[in-house]
Amino acid sequence: MSNAGASELVARLEAICGAEHVLVHPHDLATYRSDGLAHLRETPVAAVLPDTAEQVQQVVQACFEAEVPWVARGSGTGLSGGALPISDGVLIVLARMRRILSVSLEDSEVVVEPGVTNLAVSRAVSPTHFYPPDPSSQIVCSIGGNVAENSGGAHCFKYGFTTNYVTGLEVVLTDGTMVELHRDAPGYDLLGAFVGSEGTLGVATKITLRVIPVPESVRTLIAFFDDTVAAGEAVSEIVSAGIVPGAIEMMDKLSIKASEEATGAGYRLDAGAALLVELDGPDDKCTARLQHVTDICSKAGSIDVRVAKSEAERALIWRARKAAFAAMGRLAPAYFVQDGVIPRTRLAEVLRQIDSLAAEYNLQVANVFHAGDGNLHPLICYDAGREGEAERAEELSGLIIKTCVDAGGSITGEHGVGVDKKAYMPSMFSEADLETFQRLRCAFDPHGLANPGKVMPTPRLCGEVPGPYREHPLERAGVAERF
Amino acid sequence: MASELWPETYEQAAAGLGAASAEHQAVRIHGAGTKFEWGGLGIEPDVELHTTALDEVLEHNVGDLTAVLQAGVPLARVHEQVAAAGQMLSLDPPLGHGDAQDATVGGVIATADSGPLRHRYGAARDLVVGMTVALSDGTIAKSGGKVIKNVAGYDIAKLFSGAFGTLGAILEVSVRLHSAPPDTATAVGSTDDPVVLGSAAQQLSMAPLELEALDVAWRGDRGEVLAQLGGPGAPERADRVAAIMHEAELEAAEISDNDAEIWSRQRAGQRSARAAVLRVATRPSLLAEVVRATRAAGGSLVGRAALGLSWIELAPDQVSAVRERLGASAVAVLLDMPAGARDQLEPWDAQDGAALELMRRIKMRFDPAGACNPGVFVGGI
Repeated sequence: MSNAGASELVARLEAICGAEHVLVHPHDLATYRSDGLAHLRETPVAAVLPDTAEQVQQVVQACFEAEVPWVARGSGTGLSGGALPISDGVLIVLARMRRILSVSLEDSEVVVEPGVTNLAVSRAVSPTHFYPPDPSSQIVCSIGGNVAENSGGAHCFKYGFTTNYVTGLEVVLTDGTMVELHRDAPGYDLLGAFVGSEGTLGVATKITLRVIPVPESVRTLIAFFDDTVAAGEAVSEIVSAGIVPGAIEMMDKLSIKASEEATGAGYRLDAGAALLVELDGPDDKCTARLQHVTDICSKAGSIDVRVAKSEAERALIWRARKAAFAAMGRLAPAYFVQDGVIPRTRLAEVLRQIDSLAAEYNLQVANVFHAGDGNLHPLICYDAGREGEAERAEELSGLIIKTCVDAGGSITGEHGVGVDKKAYMPSMFSEADLETFQRLRCAFDPHGLANPGKVMPTPRLCGEVPGPYREHPLERAGVAERF
Repeated sequence: MASELWPETYEQAAAGLGAASAEHQAVRIHGAGTKFEWGGLGIEPDVELHTTALDEVLEHNVGDLTAVLQAGVPLARVHEQVAAAGQMLSLDPPLGHGDAQDATVGGVIATADSGPLRHRYGAARDLVVGMTVALSDGTIAKSGGKVIKNVAGYDIAKLFSGAFGTLGAILEVSVRLHSAPPDTATAVGSTDDPVVLGSAAQQLSMAPLELEALDVAWRGDRGEVLAQLGGPGAPERADRVAAIMHEAELEAAEISDNDAEIWSRQRAGQRSARAAVLRVATRPSLLAEVVRATRAAGGSLVGRAALGLSWIELAPDQVSAVRERLGASAVAVLLDMPAGARDQLEPWDAQDGAALELMRRIKMRFDPAGACNPGVFVGGI
């Protein structure tokens, strides 16, 4: 982008949002250079912080007219680089749009702006209701980002994902058109296509969410096992018994060690695996199932089952689980987080494969995972100070993902593809599959302006359908080939 | 006379679709044909592409609670097969008219049909975790996968769910299953006041009961609220439900633990062989108004109270009046129509211009030749 073009666009953005809400100096842009995938950084031409949907629309319109690509960003907690800026583009930061527009409990519905945090939605409807998808960053992560990533969390095995709770969206398309999408409106499920599209189809400016009644009772237990195989056995038994826990989380020996050292929550350091099971629902149903789960864990060889007797004990059990990622700093200076999914019945086998790969690469891999839905979060620890170790860790990370795909799983369960996993897309999808994805993207964004370079493994352009062929500026510059 | 194709492989289906499209022919994608009356009249097809020879349950992964199904498998067969393992596919729409109860998996998903279990388990789009489709240029493409949690790639399966076959043919789906509760119990309360009906349903939807289903029905001058419970302690919790019903001024709350017939009747209320069926989506709190509109039109209704979805059975000449009365607070789709009345009523409510434009662009990208079910969908797509 030329300097003259850039300053013209910046002037226009300033006219729309006010000069104080358009950042262009590298110092001011430092915060926005990366998201939760912190080792990737890029400085955009400008970061703009609109305050209203109308301003977002005008900003997008200005980018469209200037043929400048853009990336939308919520709180920047994403772990796949979905909100990584592009160097010749604009970053649209939605953090100022954090109004809760309406709450209607009789319709089980909340309408919010995209910058509202995940936790704020539950707070807005408490104490009677809550919003189930709960990524571990829920204190800060934004609903707009959750919509883009189709975020999950510890409770999604029972309650589902963001896509199951979004019932309406106001979206600004890349040409500046504003469109309203509703869950049961006649026509294509554009809402379903938009949620989880990682910011590549447009930007949501208003989001309607379904909320549900807070369960009457919550019972939490932690069971310790000699190894993850025995704990995995308990998970299978619980699920086969028709029990759907609100959450069912597993940690292996390494992650227990790190978390226990960080929190002092009382986890057993002699255990090879910890299984956290939370049952929620009507009181009598919970009580009956708590006993059932306790029995199953004992039968599967648990060396110790502890049931939380108070809210404080429950909080302590959760504290260690939630601290698991951050606590890894105690084991190694850096780590890669993976987000692979496997069919749950393949758990023992895949964990064995991960162990043997880790031994082969002489690296430590800690495992923390959402056991109910087979979503693994292997943490591949490394020291970038040691020659070649970061590269080896990255290679190991790729092999772990391949192991998940080979077991019939997925490269990502909740973090998204972003830039982090786009190279793995061909391991799951054929060229025909990818080309079909591109059809959807082109229908929404024929000029490739929304978050280009994300999700798809190689840059693709959209052919005009129908009509005469027109050369795209990127194609002219030899950056991308026509799809 | 249309030519008929009965592909037995995905390649044959894609090739058949591709060849017809190359010849600028119109293709109708044909499951069991239990919902042919739905959607616009469309263009008389040159080719009928049947999916019923693609009728294998490819996988039932009991431990993973998933299944992989070909599009032409009758839904009833899936229910039967997974029930043997104590599981269910929580997709329970009416399976057809009268004796023909052979709706296929592909047809149910393509029309986004659903039943009472949508209350707890979501619609078809929420249960499908992966899909393979054939496009009109002969492409075979898949999205999603076989695991219940997966955010890799675009959710093409949602786009095809409810697309009425206008983007291509669904060939195969992977679905999430659930454990079937061994015991269920249903509480039914009744009233002759639409306001009492609406408020009782609302109170139940706001209580932490983990209902399997929460339906309403209105026939003649009386309505019912029906709440199903499942799992341990279901009968005891049904007593609690009955107490809430009583407090909400419903009469004669009855509890049945042999409730299959009750729910079968609710499902049947979504179809009509003689009259029209208008499916209406509103805010749940507008239920009383939808019931009043139904009563004024001399119709009957079944609905998912907490989801704001109602199926109104009524005479075709009353359809416009109900639509007008509900106005902008509702979106409506006309489903069943008696033969002869079909060409006089538009099945789809008008759509927001920008959304419709986007839908046209999607159609152009997926089916540029316009071969797939042309004319049956919203805005003449």
